[in-house]
Amino acid sequence: MKLLEYQAKQIFAKYGIPTPKSKLAESPNEAQDAAREMGTPVVIKAQLLVGGRGKAGGIVFADDPADAFKVASGLLGKKIKDIEVRKALVEEKLDIKDEIYLGIIVDRQRGTYVVLASAEGGVDIEEVARVAPEKIIRFPVDPLLGLKTYHGLRIARQLGYSGSEMQALASLITKLYRVAVETDAELTEINPLAVTDKGFIAADARLNVDNNALFRHRDLVEASEDRGGEFSEREMEAKEKGLTYVELDGNIGVIGNGAGLTMATIDTVTLKGGRPANFLDLGGGATPERIEKAVTFVLSDSRVDALLVNILGGITRCDDTAKGIIQAREHTRTEKPIVVRMMGTNEDEGKQLLAELGIDTLDTMEEAAERAVALARGE
Amino acid sequence: MREVNNVTRFVNKSTRALVQGITGTQGRFHTELMLEYGTQIVAGVTPGKGGEIVHGVPVYDTVEEARVELNANASIIYVPARFALDAVLEAIEADLDPVVVITEGIPVRDTIEMVARAKAKGTTIVGPNCPGLIKPGECKLGIMPAQIFREGSIGIVSRSGTLFYEIAAHVSRIGLGQSTCVGLGGDPVVGLSFIDVLKWFEEDDETEAVAIIGEIGGDAEERAARFIADGGFTKPAAAYIAGRAAVAGKRMGHAGAIIEGSSGTAEGKMKALGEAGVSIGDQPVRVAEILKDRLA
Repeated sequence: MKLLEYQAKQIFAKYGIPTPKSKLAESPNEAQDAAREMGTPVVIKAQLLVGGRGKAGGIVFADDPADAFKVASGLLGKKIKDIEVRKALVEEKLDIKDEIYLGIIVDRQRGTYVVLASAEGGVDIEEVARVAPEKIIRFPVDPLLGLKTYHGLRIARQLGYSGSEMQALASLITKLYRVAVETDAELTEINPLAVTDKGFIAADARLNVDNNALFRHRDLVEASEDRGGEFSEREMEAKEKGLTYVELDGNIGVIGNGAGLTMATIDTVTLKGGRPANFLDLGGGATPERIEKAVTFVLSDSRVDALLVNILGGITRCDDTAKGIIQAREHTRTEKPIVVRMMGTNEDEGKQLLAELGIDTLDTMEEAAERAVALARGE
Repeated sequence: MREVNNVTRFVNKSTRALVQGITGTQGRFHTELMLEYGTQIVAGVTPGKGGEIVHGVPVYDTVEEARVELNANASIIYVPARFALDAVLEAIEADLDPVVVITEGIPVRDTIEMVARAKAKGTTIVGPNCPGLIKPGECKLGIMPAQIFREGSIGIVSRSGTLFYEIAAHVSRIGLGQSTCVGLGGDPVVGLSFIDVLKWFEEDDETEAVAIIGEIGGDAEERAARFIADGGFTKPAAAYIAGRAAVAGKRMGHAGAIIEGSSGTAEGKMKALGEAGVSIGDQPVRVAEILKDRLA
């Protein structure tokens, strides 16, 4: 779950990380008032969950309150990267001497959080990682120890700071680590961290919370405006139905049980010359009702010309699968061809149920994929 | 992991397991299936349910009591995600090893902590979000359907569950069978890596060849490839990587199965493993066929 910049900054500020003077505005009048209160010039930033808003015109400077009104009028209610801007953050314009990158992510291989820091802030860090990886400091944190002040000092030294600046930066880095851990963040980022005469100030902020940890952060969930902007309409609908679904651009619906098996199924369909319309993973132990829901959902997709269901029965039972498919076909009254591959628990019962209705069952994934590809072509 | 016959084994017939979360739906269901398979399930643990009996297995309130009274030496965990960290730490502290974590949806911060504690103590954590372990004919500590496995010489290591069953079934049908199978789990952070398991398969006399089942996301397969290329694993190996048709930036079912930027693609993983001398199956069934050819 992603938080907006202003929400992330509120959390950072709570932990003592310096942030610019700012005020949230939902109308041009509010933006004008905010600019008058905090003094000009100001910067007005569209609050969006997508990256690259600067280049898309989502960050604009204003020299006086009247200008702030004009700028906010040009942002609020407009679409940037296809998303309507509803809120803008009005901030004091910082006098920036230098820019630092600071980020904390999870290092999958080490099983730790890792602090990423670079003296080349303000630019796309993935681009820096690609062209000049030596400019990024990677500092893995011992999970049982945490990030101590002396670790922060080492990172600050490596970034080239000394004296009181070094100490201030070290303190800020340890605070950022606390933010990452205590909010269960997958990504905690300040880019850029502005170096000013008044010290280090978080000019931008990103915070993405681990979806598995949302039960610990009810307050953040309530405040969140993350409605899954990166998901398509069908993906959002699937999410509401509790289905693990990814939309693809073909015409063969694919349903499997288990992420790996379902991925292998779309790969095999592709290998056999077909184009999958989706990835739908039933997960473990699906009931007939859940299978019916999934099959109905995919069959109702007008792009789908044929459906391939691939079940490896363990906890999921093949007879339950058959029942779910039959119910879904009755409900949707579809003539679209369905190919079923099932193996494992109660396989014979499942195959018999489907055979009675004239639905094809095949023994292997490869044969089933071939058949589905042929049927989707109308063969 | 314990030392048996000079080779460290994951599970075998001397494994005496306790089930944490035995009174829940999943715990109950799989306890029965593991008992049917012949696994020694000596105790169950659910705080507040001490004194109950599940499928003939006594339930305790704490892991320590169960271990002391019944001399358990391994644990399998089905407790809900929000309580999983506590359960795993309790098992580690009680000297149980391995600790198999079936639970799905554990916050990554909790997994980081349990994996760090386990490493500090030398405990093997399998999972989280994994199907568990099986040594056909001796011990099943997991949720895999038992009927597809048979005793044999192929070691299987996989990030996925059902895809691992798919390939295990082909390995059985083709007449090879499995020595030991390990499901690593589908989360971004897990207790075991491909390399950990390959090291063990290299030493295990019962394993003649290995199937590596990977998927998009992270770089665990690339690291395994480097380990093999450097001579760390010398037996024949075949691999299948799921997610060639996946789209970047989308999580494909598993929390860890996501292509981020240009890293974690199936192509990159297949190329790395191929260059390390691992035969790549373009379809799951090919993995079994390749292994049969390579052992012929």
